[in-house]
Amino acid sequence: MITFDKINVGSFLPALSTEKISRTTLALYAGASGDENPIHIDIDFAKSAGMDDVFAHGMLSMAYLGRLLTNWVDQRCIKKIDVRFTAITPLFAQIICTGEVKNKEVIDGQEIIEVLVEAKDSNSGEVKISGMAILNLTENKSN
Amino acid sequence: MLDTNDIGKVFDPTTASVEKGRLSRFAKAIGENNLIYLDDATAKNAGYDDLPVPPTFLFCLKMDVPEPFANYEKIGVSLQKLLHANQSFEYFNTAVAGDVLTFNSVIEDIYAKKEGALEFLVEKTKVVNQQNLHIADLVTTLVIRN
Repeated sequence: MITFDKINVGSFLPALSTEKISRTTLALYAGASGDENPIHIDIDFAKSAGMDDVFAHGMLSMAYLGRLLTNWVDQRCIKKIDVRFTAITPLFAQIICTGEVKNKEVIDGQEIIEVLVEAKDSNSGEVKISGMAILNLTENKSN
Repeated sequence: MLDTNDIGKVFDPTTASVEKGRLSRFAKAIGENNLIYLDDATAKNAGYDDLPVPPTFLFCLKMDVPEPFANYEKIGVSLQKLLHANQSFEYFNTAVAGDVLTFNSVIEDIYAKKEGALEFLVEKTKVVNQQNLHIADLVTTLVIRN
């Protein structure tokens, strides 16, 4: 179990690597998420928008960041996730999600940690999403 | 072009039921294999009333209407030019399968950069469940590339 005492600023969460993003991945995500913007599933539409091909939903990679966090702590610990989408994720990219503890602090008796979360292209290392997650470990029940 | 007069505009509330089938399809689509998100008994053992809604799925439920982009198109946003710039979720309670969620959205800001080449739309959404329990606040920033 992850406890506040054992976490050090500068330590990393176990990274999460995903499968290569295929057209099937995007079709499944479009259907399951309800984000049916054709730019992610229809190459003709993507070309009409000046793209070479369809590209991944930003929220797919943010969902991977969610998995990074819930693999580590109970979801009820997550108080906030705030990210910026910095680059488009092309088809066939493989995403690696990382988290680095940036701060730990007891606020009003609550054990709060701040984690820098990033989703990167595992080949180029290009950052696709970057942001902060705030976790309250006081009631961590999992792991 | 967006009109800054639309700042403060309140969109009609939308509602969405949290269905198990959707949750399991979403789990499959994002490669989730943690049983808490897939198996009723595991979720209940973990103290949830039912399968929990994973962190980013609230964004999807918000789009769970027949025309999810209609609100944006009505104020002059073209889908071809639209990109997601920022997204935040602040959580107060965890929604679970069987909940009926209501999404109340307001346009918080509209601004331009690079002499209008990029326009930004900031939308804030409060999510409550059927008992009016505050589930989360979402802030979505969209960028329109003119």
